[in-house]
Amino acid sequence: MTTVPLAPPRRLLEFTLDDTPVRVPEGATILDACRAAGKDVPTLCHGDTLTPKNACRVCVVEVEGARTLAPACSRLAEPGMVVRTDTERTRHSRKVVLELLASSVDLSTTPRAAEWIKGYGAEPDRFGPEARRLGEEPRVDNDLYVRDYDKCILCYKCVDACGDQWQNSFAISVTGRGFDARIAVEHDGPLTESACVYCGNCIEVCPTGALSFKREFDMRADGSWDEEAQTETTTVCAYCGVGCNLTLHVQDNEIVKVTSPHDNPVTHGNLCIKGRFGFQHVQNRV
Amino acid sequence: MDLRFGDSKPTDDERRAVDAVLGPPESAWEGADDRSAEDLRWARGGREARERRDLLLPGLHALNDRVGWISEGGLDYLCRRLTVPPAEAYGVATFYAMFAVRPRPAQVLHVCTDLTCAARGSAAVTAGLEAEGVAFEPSPCLGLCERAPAALLVRAGVERDEGQAHDPAPPGPGSSLLGALGGQAPTAARPLNSAVPGGTTRGGGPTRLARVIAPATVGALAGVARNPEAAEAEAPAVMAVPQAGHAARPVRPGGRVVPTLPQTPSGGTPTALRDDCPQPHALQLLRRVGVVDPGSVDDYRAHGGYAALRRAFALGPAGVIREVTESGLVGRGGAAFPTGRKWQATASQPDAPHYVVCNADESEPGTFKDRVVMEGDPYALVEAMTVAGYAVGAHRGYLYIRGEYPRAYERLTHAIDEARARGLLGDDILGSGFAFDIEMRRGAGAYICGEETALFNSIEGYRGEPRSKPPFPVEKGLFGKPTAANNVETLVNVLPILTQGAEAFRATETKLFCVSGNVDRPGVYELPFGATLDELLDLAGRPDTLRAVLLGGAAGGFVRPDELDIPLTFEGTRAAGTTLGSGVVLVLDESVDLPRILLRIAEFFRDESCGQCVPCRVGTVRQEEALHRIKDRTGEAAAGDIALLREVGQALRDASICGLGQTAWNAVESAIDRLGVYK
Repeated sequence: MTTVPLAPPRRLLEFTLDDTPVRVPEGATILDACRAAGKDVPTLCHGDTLTPKNACRVCVVEVEGARTLAPACSRLAEPGMVVRTDTERTRHSRKVVLELLASSVDLSTTPRAAEWIKGYGAEPDRFGPEARRLGEEPRVDNDLYVRDYDKCILCYKCVDACGDQWQNSFAISVTGRGFDARIAVEHDGPLTESACVYCGNCIEVCPTGALSFKREFDMRADGSWDEEAQTETTTVCAYCGVGCNLTLHVQDNEIVKVTSPHDNPVTHGNLCIKGRFGFQHVQNRV
Repeated sequence: MDLRFGDSKPTDDERRAVDAVLGPPESAWEGADDRSAEDLRWARGGREARERRDLLLPGLHALNDRVGWISEGGLDYLCRRLTVPPAEAYGVATFYAMFAVRPRPAQVLHVCTDLTCAARGSAAVTAGLEAEGVAFEPSPCLGLCERAPAALLVRAGVERDEGQAHDPAPPGPGSSLLGALGGQAPTAARPLNSAVPGGTTRGGGPTRLARVIAPATVGALAGVARNPEAAEAEAPAVMAVPQAGHAARPVRPGGRVVPTLPQTPSGGTPTALRDDCPQPHALQLLRRVGVVDPGSVDDYRAHGGYAALRRAFALGPAGVIREVTESGLVGRGGAAFPTGRKWQATASQPDAPHYVVCNADESEPGTFKDRVVMEGDPYALVEAMTVAGYAVGAHRGYLYIRGEYPRAYERLTHAIDEARARGLLGDDILGSGFAFDIEMRRGAGAYICGEETALFNSIEGYRGEPRSKPPFPVEKGLFGKPTAANNVETLVNVLPILTQGAEAFRATETKLFCVSGNVDRPGVYELPFGATLDELLDLAGRPDTLRAVLLGGAAGGFVRPDELDIPLTFEGTRAAGTTLGSGVVLVLDESVDLPRILLRIAEFFRDESCGQCVPCRVGTVRQEEALHRIKDRTGEAAAGDIALLREVGQALRDASICGLGQTAWNAVESAIDRLGVYK
């Protein structure tokens, strides 16, 4: 059982969400309120363990009196606010944003993307076959993980996880600008020559599979990756005394990747290189 | 922090360039080569070094100015000095158009191919340069639209006396090559450990030569590219003000009376009489341009300078804010937010310190009014920033000026230095006990940095990406502290408010317009609010066959020839479904290929999008693609793509983080709806 530390009590504030009065604790976002009310607002760049960058704009909602739409993931609820989550305007923006994304990057490994594209009636193909795409080859420069920029939606989550929000390694950043912006290490070199410490916390937060375990990448390539057939077992890392939780993803009796529960109050889903990648000794087959 | 700085070493030149900004490293912890016994006992850096991160941009400029590009060794050394992660610094360096992270020639010729220059024949110039074999880079608007087509030549690593480089009292900016060419007197030297770090004047003379060539001809550019030193001196700033030097004339030729402004007691000898330009009223914001010596604080004072600051000290901060609020002054950057309310909101924040930021990153294509004010009357801006600082309780102001304005940068650097030397900036201004100083920051080619929150990020040494609002700058602005950010034109308006009083100001309030394109007398015009577009075009000399006017720049909208009675006020333009924006009035005649202009607008937004949010990053690309598809089409053949443009445009407007994305579809939409461009 995971223990959840109790936060100090917070005052409640009331606002109107889709014509229904709701009460949320001070400091809650509109998205928090939506989720508490059981509304399904799509999100991509929002991460449960990170401060959202609100860059993807698929969670936009209409706030009465505002000229533009607001990102639900980061706009704090204010008393008396009147918010609508499912208007023609919000549906239009979400549809177009999904079209823009799907026409420029590969969303095939993005959970729920296909469902949203269908639900919002998005037609990514209507920009024509000439529509500019990233179209980049995956960068495989080490045995631990792969950077596939063709799937990157620039959500900034990996940058935040590597930077001051978790790992403090600051090994990656956004470089360039506009459509040419990319995630890169210093001087855009290979990962092995960068400040990367291979904690894999960036893979943990990547919402699209642009960052993936080398093992997963290879198995997907040869068609043997089968998420349905995998079991997940959460255990305790044996390398040191901190006691981080590991979730072992096992397929055909082999560990294929390691993640960590995000609701763990110690690690919040983060691990170090040993916990994340050092599992070969369990199944050493030479 | 767990930083790794790599093994690449800076060259001596690069080390000197960085040290000129930061001073020599004090220990191996800070990047010195040799480790002393003391270094083994004491660790330095940490927070103290990180708090200097705002020197990253000046440091990158120093490297780029010295070598022409930013090498791995140079960048790593700068990162070590400032404790900035190299990946982040690389992300910052690659954000700006004027920096390169791959080797390139020391000399770069930027030829403007933006709206006005395109309308005035930049294509012929670039074609000619290609034929001549002269290397150049196409550039977005250089803000020299009254002299279009324009070019800017930048050469890194200008020779200088190496002995002087280590001189503890280096020559000031006024003695620089540019300053000398601009006719400025040499200025007093600034001590190395000056109160204001990060000015590129610290520790050595200029390492960059920047030369403006406008109007640009193939011959002139080829000559300058081969021998930059032999370039002709730039036309004085007053040449951009066709109204300058005229006596007041209450009635404009054409018969209708334009509200008359009281003649200001400025005195002085007009330097540029332009007899071909009718003059309907006295100038208020431009009255000193061409009259005052932009290099002399004494001359500025002789022309009424620093009267406003004295009045401010007499009124007290709350009195100044009251006066500005009563004047009804609204921001001239395009958003038209009431300045008094902004100042009041900043002043009343309990968090400290407060900052004043002057947004002089005028990058809207077709806009050049702030440049003309800064070049022609730089002390006015220094004084106005001081007044703003006094009003909102700030002791430090940042002046963020676009990197493409070498002369304005030199003049303001000089003005700030001289004001400081004369006690008009510093610890005890005019004996009032009020302390205020101004730091200059040079942009590096990014339109988005004109967005106030992106500008804060840029100053702080991060990528110039806009932040989400709320929180607003008055609450959390520069360095996360309460900040009043105003553009140049807004700030200089504060001077007449204080000298005349709010009521008199309201009666005579004026607006600056940047008129360019197919007119007889392009330039900056100052008109009382309420004058119509028609009257402005009369002053500037309209073309025979007017096709359209782009009002407000690339983020604004087109106006038809039969709509010229639009009053040039914020309310009037809004009622007419357009915007004053940054005061751009780009006049296009029948010779202009509109679809091509729209393509250029789309290309501009695609190029200048920071890439942070999806609607803008991808939407601007899709907009440009659709316009490419229909550039030679009309009617039914274009209908599908126009519908697509509308859908993308609506999402751009609704869902983008900042104004760049929100306005990227405005001009195109107005061209379709008001001009019927693809009909």
